[in-house]
Amino acid sequence: MAIGRQPAQPVNNVGLLIRPNWDRGILSWLTTVDHKRLGILYIVTSTFFFLTASVEAFIMRLQLVRPEQQLVSPDIFNQLFTMHGVTMVFLAIMPLGIGLANYFAPLMIGARDLAFPRLNAFGYWVYAFSGVLLLSSFIFGGAPDVGWFAYAPLTSLSNNPGTGTDYFMVGLLISGLGTLVTAMNLIVTIINLRAPGMTLFRMPAFVWMILITMFLIVFAFPPLTIALFQVMMDRTFGTLFYDPAGGGMAILWQHLFWIFGHPEVYIIILPAFGVISEVIPAFSRKPLFGYAMVILSGIFIGFMGFAVWSHHMFTTGLGPIVNTAFALTTVVIGIPTGIKVFNWLATLWGGRIRFTTAMLFALAFLVTFTMGGITGIMLALPPFDAQAQDSYFVVAHFHYVMGGGALLAFFAGVYYWFPKMTGRMLNEVVGKWVFALVVGGFHLVFFPQHFVGLLGMPRRIQTYDAGLGWEVYNSLSTIGTWIMSIGALIFLTSMVLAFLNGKRAGNDPWDARTLEWSTSSPPPYYNFDKDPVVTGRDAWWAKKYPESVHADPAEQAAAEAAHEAEHDGGIHIPGQSWYPFIASAAIFLGGYAFIYDNWWLALLLLGVLLISCYAWALEGIGGRHIHPEEGHV
Amino acid sequence: MSGSVALEQVEHQPHRTGLPDLKLIMWLFLASDCMFFGTLIGTYLVYQGRSLEGPFPADVLDIPVTTVSSFVLLMSSFLMVLALHALRKDDIPRFRLWTFGVAFFGSVFLGFQVFEFSTFALEGLSLNQNLFGSTFFVLTGTHGIHVTVGVLMLLSILILSFVKPMSSKDAIFLEVTGLYWHFVDIVWIVIFTVVYLVEFA
Repeated sequence: MAIGRQPAQPVNNVGLLIRPNWDRGILSWLTTVDHKRLGILYIVTSTFFFLTASVEAFIMRLQLVRPEQQLVSPDIFNQLFTMHGVTMVFLAIMPLGIGLANYFAPLMIGARDLAFPRLNAFGYWVYAFSGVLLLSSFIFGGAPDVGWFAYAPLTSLSNNPGTGTDYFMVGLLISGLGTLVTAMNLIVTIINLRAPGMTLFRMPAFVWMILITMFLIVFAFPPLTIALFQVMMDRTFGTLFYDPAGGGMAILWQHLFWIFGHPEVYIIILPAFGVISEVIPAFSRKPLFGYAMVILSGIFIGFMGFAVWSHHMFTTGLGPIVNTAFALTTVVIGIPTGIKVFNWLATLWGGRIRFTTAMLFALAFLVTFTMGGITGIMLALPPFDAQAQDSYFVVAHFHYVMGGGALLAFFAGVYYWFPKMTGRMLNEVVGKWVFALVVGGFHLVFFPQHFVGLLGMPRRIQTYDAGLGWEVYNSLSTIGTWIMSIGALIFLTSMVLAFLNGKRAGNDPWDARTLEWSTSSPPPYYNFDKDPVVTGRDAWWAKKYPESVHADPAEQAAAEAAHEAEHDGGIHIPGQSWYPFIASAAIFLGGYAFIYDNWWLALLLLGVLLISCYAWALEGIGGRHIHPEEGHV
Repeated sequence: MSGSVALEQVEHQPHRTGLPDLKLIMWLFLASDCMFFGTLIGTYLVYQGRSLEGPFPADVLDIPVTTVSSFVLLMSSFLMVLALHALRKDDIPRFRLWTFGVAFFGSVFLGFQVFEFSTFALEGLSLNQNLFGSTFFVLTGTHGIHVTVGVLMLLSILILSFVKPMSSKDAIFLEVTGLYWHFVDIVWIVIFTVVYLVEFA
């Protein structure tokens, strides 16, 4: 592979304030600002972190396969469950949703890129680097071992003198920065860059769910950021925020963490709802049933997501009034989720269903997620929660929601959109094996955990005594992880094989409904030859089969002609840029400077960051001006 | 072709709301920043009166001095409005004068803050002395960093106006900086009330 190839048209790629235009090669990926390439980078990177977190889980399950096993020490076990949680939540599931949003939200609303392409690149690189920083803690003196919620005062310097906790705080501070800027970027894109005629209530449900999710990020990440910052101040400068000896209150950390932490659950699950809302209509060959209710219940979840955080703290002694209030809000938030499930079921009803792998995963999502939702309602009741608190029942519950919910939905999404991203089809026969192994394995891992939890097995224990009746459940769980792992390995292999020589996909292999299927697979870097013009919901379907949705082709043609008369200036695609990469690299290295209190290095890197900010602002627009309809690309 | 296309052509993309992207993302940033400051102010309020040893707020806070610096900061917002108004009317000399004025007033406020911090330090208040020190310095320090960034942005725009010609078409950049500046001002009003005035109420 060439290091970087220039396009046929000679352009100057070298210079401090010149934006390069590499066509392919490693430089084109380091400097890319294309939302599709960044989407792929997000998906590949999050898959990598998925694998690391899965390996951690695999080792933990091996350790727990039978009683009184000593495969890993308790110290290592603490690091494993902490990093498993942190990696899955912050580096795997959430970025996978953001990656799909990055690739498909602009295509679905008929935009050519995000509103701020370089900021998008910056968001990706900051996320990727923060993951590397967190993972590197395993090499540099031990990973964090405080649980993914890092409760104070376990994180204080006196209780936890190693650098693992610093890696946790700094890594999440940096990753939060990347997530925040990408969220703002996507909101501006969805609000401002919709194609002509794409009103808010004509947007695909996926785009709506992404919009709501990104608002949740904008409001939920700041409390976490400040809380992390306070712990860092405690550890570095001896402030007293979470020091009980100085009057600090450990409970404050729990509040701030869960004010972030519960919206985070919805930040993970709402994009999954979006994927399901696209996959089920496409393979039922029906419009989404109750579109408006799906959207409005999503908005309601977004608001209520900020009003339920204390249900994570029922046993901390907040008192019966507070517990009752939060139990009620938690039960109420189950209603909009139920509305969605019934809307998806009604979409299936009377549809001409095709059982593709994507559809099978979507159907498995419906069942599995509902099971997680039902245990969620059980845990929402403080008396029950007091019994099940910190037991494997809770582990089973949130894995049914996160794994059985978000993960299965993203499997559906990847099977659905892989042809669009690569131009190749995944093998459907292999896909059904993957489906059987992943879903079967999943239930075998987590279903027994309900029972072992109710039998009293606590979370986060490295081993357990024989004779408690826990053995068979734990063995089943561990066998389940092997089955899931085989499924995951087959899945990854089939992805690579399909990418290399899968069947050609064509533009619209599923005969689907939304605009991303109207362009080539993979789409050109400028997305659409002509700006799409939208006159109703499910724009691509309406264009293909106007009679089925009572659309008037003449109206569509008139709208397109009117738009074309107005806009004939061609398309401008901005150049690539080095500065997002340089700025995030400076932040990444600055993270190490903070962890090891190297203030001169931190100052130097702050300088690099400032310079790259100015270069970013001053390097101009660069890029290419193209007229695809005239064949000048 | 590189660099030969004017910015206006890129701005040709449809903008559904009619608002510039830059303005929209600044509003989103400010919404997020509300939560940042909300958390810091919340922490301050939760820990109010929980310091185990002195110096306590009433021992060190100097209302008259901070009133002067607050007044200076609020007046800078007034100059900000004048600067934007001048740039929109292509009155470049006045735009430069008022922009410099905003940056100068902001710097005066920062000078007051340096004075205040060093006075407090001499009186024995530090980050790790008591909860008041921890919460006070982190809250007002974060605000001070915001003001510093604002001053840097204003000076950058001012210097840029000498390097390449500026006109009313560039007003969006000053307007967005202004949004940020006004927000930082408003946050100070809350901090001044919660931290300073409430203590003597």
